[in-house]
Amino acid sequence: MSFDIALTYRAGSRDVPFTLVSDAQVVAVAGPSGIGKTSLLNCIAGLARPLSGRIAVGGHTLFDAARGVDLAPERRGAGYVFQDLRLFPHLSVRRNLAYGLARHRHPAGPDLTEVAALLELEGLLDRRPRNLSGGEARRVAIGRALLSSPRFLLLDEPLASLDSRRAEATLVMIERIRERMPLPTLLVTHDAREIMRTGAEVIAMA
Amino acid sequence: MLSPAEWDVVVLSLRVGIVAMVATLPLAFALAWLLARRDFPGKLLLDALVHLPLVIPPVVTGWLLLLVFGREGPVGNLLQQWFGVTLVFSWGGAALAAAVMGLPLMVRAMRLSIEGVDRRLVHAARALGASRWRAFWTISLPLSLPGVVAGCVLGFARSLGEFGATITFAANIPGETRTIPLAIYTLLQQPGGEAAVTRLALVSVALSLVALVASECLLRRQSGGDGHVL
Repeated sequence: MSFDIALTYRAGSRDVPFTLVSDAQVVAVAGPSGIGKTSLLNCIAGLARPLSGRIAVGGHTLFDAARGVDLAPERRGAGYVFQDLRLFPHLSVRRNLAYGLARHRHPAGPDLTEVAALLELEGLLDRRPRNLSGGEARRVAIGRALLSSPRFLLLDEPLASLDSRRAEATLVMIERIRERMPLPTLLVTHDAREIMRTGAEVIAMA
Repeated sequence: MLSPAEWDVVVLSLRVGIVAMVATLPLAFALAWLLARRDFPGKLLLDALVHLPLVIPPVVTGWLLLLVFGREGPVGNLLQQWFGVTLVFSWGGAALAAAVMGLPLMVRAMRLSIEGVDRRLVHAARALGASRWRAFWTISLPLSLPGVVAGCVLGFARSLGEFGATITFAANIPGETRTIPLAIYTLLQQPGGEAAVTRLALVSVALSLVALVASECLLRRQSGGDGHVL
């Protein structure tokens, strides 16, 4: 099972119940802004603690309140692409990309050269994040997540604040990654129309 | 040019300032981290205690040091018995006085810098597989480095200028605890000391200026132009 999630978590001042049992490789969670989509991803990545429930992704239990399981973020294997990207400002693109390489979970995983080629980052490796355009920075964030040998991917609004051309390019990129690295992928979006094109299973939050 | 006796004063001041700064650094950083990142009972009291040397008269700080670290004081007595170390009336005592007086400035600068580190970056590092320690060494520490360096420079400069606590706790002993401010004070009490006072005052200004400029250059190079001490 790609995703076996049943939990209740806190988002703002509300307790949000969420259930997702799916074997789809890519699942999109759609819902209006402020409904707690990012909080959900944070719970799955281990950056926030759910109130109760269970999270299993790709057969690995990451959190189980009943059994007292709560893996630290670094042991969960999330390849998390944040909406605000969170590139490390003091490190070059190359060192940002390589940051998660220390994890070494899959020796056969992609190397930096391969990911840089996949995401067309070869010419940017020695730049600092402040010298990147929005689209470039997003590709670096995606590359950094892919290079951390993730067990699964979490994409927070991957198309947000991109014009239609860049959104199209990013969708193509997600497709490419899906072919090259078939990982369970959970993405959240406030607008599911574009995402539906990729054949993702769409779950609506309301 | 400085006379040999004046050189001794300058070297002693540098030794006291550097030892005070280096010895205080781990404690100052730990306190800054604690105050910036943790909530615990008594935090306000700890914060106030750290800042106390900034607001009470330095002579009072010196007297309190005398009570605690003097030969009959609880800590001074133990140091004497266990290690044979006497801080009072020694250059080590001058360094201790300078360290206590510099601590609040070091903590303040470091705390501000640690508070300025975006915790979302630390979360990103953890999600990428970094342990708490690795996230600290590779993200939090480098990003708070401007404040750490600024704190060290401020602490060092404060140590160079320390007078009240030093003269109370470590006294004014030539070659042992007579740092630049104490030497200037002593010279001002004697007729004909003006030329020496001028020389030592200039050295004092030059040392502080060099420390500030050097730390600024160091940090700009390290951070690729982003970091500032000044």
